[in-house]
Amino acid sequence: MTEIFNLGLLYSAIRLATPLLLAALGGMFSERSGVINIALEGLLLAGAFTAASVTWYAGSPWVGLASAILAGAAIALIHAVACIRYRADQVVSGTAINILLTGVPALLSGAFFLSSGSTPQVPKDDLIPLTPVVIAFALVPLSYYVLYYTPFGLRLRAVGENPEAADAAGVSVKRMRYTAVLLSGALAGIGGAYLSIGQSSLFTRNMSAGRGFIALAALIFGKWRPVQTMLACLLFGFTEAIAIQLQGVRFGGEEIPNQFIQMIPYVLTIVVLAGFIGQSRAPRSLGLAYNKER
Amino acid sequence: MKLLRELFFPVIAVIVAFVVGGVIVWMIGDNPFEVYGLLLGSALTWPDGIGYTLFYATPLIFTGLAVAVAFRCGLLNIGAEGQLYAASFATAWVAIKFGGTVIQDFAGKDVSYGWASLPAVVLVPLALLTAVLVGGAWGAIPGWLKARFGAHEVITTIMMNFIAVALVSYFTQYYYKKPGDPIMQSVEIGAAAHVPRLSSFVPGIPERLPINIAFLLAILACALVYVFLWRTKWGYEIRATGANPSAAEYGGINVRRQIVLAMAVSGGLAGMIAINEVLGYRYRYYDGFSANYGFTGIAVALLGRNHPVGVFFAALLFGVLLRGGIFVDAFSQHVTKDLVEVLQALVILFVAVGVNFRWLSNRFSLLRRSKI
Amino acid sequence: MLELREITKRFGEVLANDRINIKVERGTIHAIVGENGAGKSTAMRIAYGFYTADSGEIVVDGEPRQIQTPHDAIRLGIGMVHQHFMLVDTMTVAENIVLGAEPGSAAAIDLRKAAQEIRSLSDEFRLSVDPNALVGGLSVGQQQRVELLKALYRHARLLILDEPTAVLTPQEVEEFFAILRRMREQGKTVIIITHKLSEVLAISDDVTVMRDGHVVGRVETAGTSAADLARMMVGRDVLLRVEKPDAEPGETVLSVQRLTVAVGGGGRGLRDVSFDVRAGEIVGVAGVEGNGQTELIEALAGLVPATQVNGRVDFMGRDVTRATTRERYELGIAHVPEDRHRRGLLLDFDLAENSILGLHYRKPAVSVSPLLDIAGIRARAEEIIRDFDVRPANPDLPARALSGGNQQKLIIGREFGLGPKLLLVSQPTRGVDIGAIEFIHRKLVALRDEGCAILLVSAELEEVTSLADRLLVFYHGRIVGEVDPRAASHEEIGLMMTGGGKDSAER
Repeated sequence: MTEIFNLGLLYSAIRLATPLLLAALGGMFSERSGVINIALEGLLLAGAFTAASVTWYAGSPWVGLASAILAGAAIALIHAVACIRYRADQVVSGTAINILLTGVPALLSGAFFLSSGSTPQVPKDDLIPLTPVVIAFALVPLSYYVLYYTPFGLRLRAVGENPEAADAAGVSVKRMRYTAVLLSGALAGIGGAYLSIGQSSLFTRNMSAGRGFIALAALIFGKWRPVQTMLACLLFGFTEAIAIQLQGVRFGGEEIPNQFIQMIPYVLTIVVLAGFIGQSRAPRSLGLAYNKER
Repeated sequence: MKLLRELFFPVIAVIVAFVVGGVIVWMIGDNPFEVYGLLLGSALTWPDGIGYTLFYATPLIFTGLAVAVAFRCGLLNIGAEGQLYAASFATAWVAIKFGGTVIQDFAGKDVSYGWASLPAVVLVPLALLTAVLVGGAWGAIPGWLKARFGAHEVITTIMMNFIAVALVSYFTQYYYKKPGDPIMQSVEIGAAAHVPRLSSFVPGIPERLPINIAFLLAILACALVYVFLWRTKWGYEIRATGANPSAAEYGGINVRRQIVLAMAVSGGLAGMIAINEVLGYRYRYYDGFSANYGFTGIAVALLGRNHPVGVFFAALLFGVLLRGGIFVDAFSQHVTKDLVEVLQALVILFVAVGVNFRWLSNRFSLLRRSKI
Repeated sequence: MLELREITKRFGEVLANDRINIKVERGTIHAIVGENGAGKSTAMRIAYGFYTADSGEIVVDGEPRQIQTPHDAIRLGIGMVHQHFMLVDTMTVAENIVLGAEPGSAAAIDLRKAAQEIRSLSDEFRLSVDPNALVGGLSVGQQQRVELLKALYRHARLLILDEPTAVLTPQEVEEFFAILRRMREQGKTVIIITHKLSEVLAISDDVTVMRDGHVVGRVETAGTSAADLARMMVGRDVLLRVEKPDAEPGETVLSVQRLTVAVGGGGRGLRDVSFDVRAGEIVGVAGVEGNGQTELIEALAGLVPATQVNGRVDFMGRDVTRATTRERYELGIAHVPEDRHRRGLLLDFDLAENSILGLHYRKPAVSVSPLLDIAGIRARAEEIIRDFDVRPANPDLPARALSGGNQQKLIIGREFGLGPKLLLVSQPTRGVDIGAIEFIHRKLVALRDEGCAILLVSAELEEVTSLADRLLVFYHGRIVGEVDPRAASHEEIGLMMTGGGKDSAER
């Protein structure tokens, strides 16, 4: 068993943690402003699909990456408008977006690529396996600084803890929340781009496979703080890396069934949620629409 | 007047969703009117259109009720998919083990998969009970995780979906599939476990239509859920917990227990799909049979305003979409049946936007630490 | 300096402000008085930009101005301290003060400069606070000082204070008045919104009286009296004291022994509290809010997790320290909660369904288990509505549609209907109009005379001293004294509420 613990594993873990980290950091900004973002899963898919399609058309992953960011922000805008302007239930709105993004890419790929949900394969030269990883981990100290040392961060935290107080101090709650949600879409878009043109070379239906939710669990585990969230994502990354290594390994003479290996990240998520919620405290206004004129 | 007001938003939501969907169709290069015409037309023919529509609506009634009951307790059950898979497999298992299934393997030898061969009058209720209990258990687990640890049910139920699918696939592949069968499905259930199709006692329905008594059970379930929620003390406690957990606690209600109970009932309702699918249609467990029933159930519940009557009609609408979607997929140039999923999502979104001021729930200030 | 002209504001069906005219001179302390719901807060929130008026205009320093957001108001030199503090508990004092006007650049907050400016303001107005302390850990008086500094930091020339003394003890109020006088000396203008007439007379120069959304009058403080103001506020002579016959207490119904409730962070909890309540008497609990009263009632009602409760509570001889809420109900303990919206009602349910909350699981609400007796429930609800004068008298209305007073009457009717042997009641007339207040007081006394034991918590000293037969004073989670409400003066009681007083030597 010990053969599997080596540097390759660490590298694997970092790569696998990247989309989680990007989504989780995005989720952090959104939730710190008080808006629950269940739609991370859908946002990842939006980024992944857009990146793959545009890269294939344009021949450049940078254009693909940029459009993935825009796509993520655009989809996040829907969530923002629904929740902030119309005060829809944030969890329901997020779920709607997730369902939307299981269908729309398939429709579009059927129309543009005549396929049943996948995009055509992007040539190897046009892949960006490294850039998003760097972006993701560079964002950690950057987010930390922005959150705790800039006026933007201070106002964001205030809006998340006590939007009335922020409003009374002259801060526009609406504007902060819109910015935060759009930012989460942009970051998740990068995460999605990494999935399709970084980690692999095309988009397939539902390729995020629950990563958006795992990112949320990591966020909770990380107490909505940048560094701890990063560590949580690395933990999940490690788990996935080990799971991959376990495929084909014999345990007591029998090959471990694939299904059990697949289950590992999901079971771990539940264990994390069950074990660590009690100790972390969410931003106080999380999930509550801001309504002055009661 | 109040009824009209209640109806107004869902109807508008559906119309707007269809309009937006139509725009998407047009962008893809097909004619929205043609597509919608195909969609609705294929669903409303007699007997096939309506027969299949009702058959597809049946699982949606069950998941719609499931999500609605959970919603009434302030919970969002995204796990109906996992609950129905777990229940369906378990039901098939019971129907195989106690139905005396015997299969001929490739060598021509008889292989028995069953332990016993019970008569229908025992086996069918047993299978039914299994469906409800296993579905209920699969729902109760995330309910318990929320009540005990504050773990948000949206994430845990989705995780349970993945886990259910993996587990069920494992058992089917390694233990209950006929060796050499390329399709991922279990062996057949015992004949005694079959439930009758409507064609066997309603004149005019051809035998090829899979619609079975599960449809009638679904209607019965609607009535029972109504009585349960509004006419029993248990339903009162669930609704009070969903409306205002602090006040419910003040009223002596054990809020944690309500959460688990609501999720269990919810899972049990979703599990009843097993009857339609395993006992009444395929007579086996067929991996991946669910056409996203669990997620569609959310749209059904929201559109139906979490009320059994509303759920019934909303399920019919989505049954139409499912039936029509297959035709659209086959006969239109660019549009696939994913359009149905897109329409569902749009409906959910527009309903959520339109009725927010009714649902100003102070969700779970008691278990606030469960927020994500 | 500030003038509101013909300001009108509607919230749905409620006309909160009806053509309001208010005029405040520069450099004065101006009081705006009225009952709960008179529209005082609404008018001032419009002046601060928190709400926008439907019609009318705001004139600042002689010029009409558009104030659409607090940002606009702040820029005009208007600052406001709200009734419920607008502070972020998890951030420091300095962070709270500079929020929205952070020194430094967009890339970095200059915290040192902030601390400097705060310190100089502190000194100028003698509002001492530690800039690095977390707001969540401060006392209420200190938090108020942070709020004042917030406004002063933005160079406010006009300060609007909404019910600033609601959470202060009489001694803290005196200190607060000294701060206000200092501000007036410095040329600031102050508006205080209050319903405490004695304070109006003590500190203000002019008074505007509001009632039911109108301005009823504007007078100079020097030329008026409490009685005059009260009459203007209510429209008739106010019954300031409750007339009640002497109590005839019977057996001990409730015996609390060394009750301690631990609370994690924030509240003070309850420490080593012991007292008895007998049948046929009203025991009052006085004290500034947040000194353990909430924990006391919740513990007695079974709403505190058993692990956090230490000590013993006996009811009619039985140990109920860790009994569930339902068990207590069964034994005859009823509870009128302090927050009727959060605890006492299911706002979206109709009155009939609200009328069985707590008793919904057994007869007579249940006919044949588990079915509810819908017709019976409705009939019973109609009975409560009749006996307790709940208006509108329609059991199918959602509880949300009723006014505060009527909601409270429904709750009281429900709890009285249990035929309780002990009634726990907290803030019974908060946010309730005067007519309903009198009704509720009479009902409480009547219940007492039927032999029920009543434990009454109220932040309104007037109410608790006139209703109670015996009065316990709470401070920092302990009982610091017991007085005869008819004998002790408000000053004496106020002193105990801050920790001074007769029994303080024992601690």
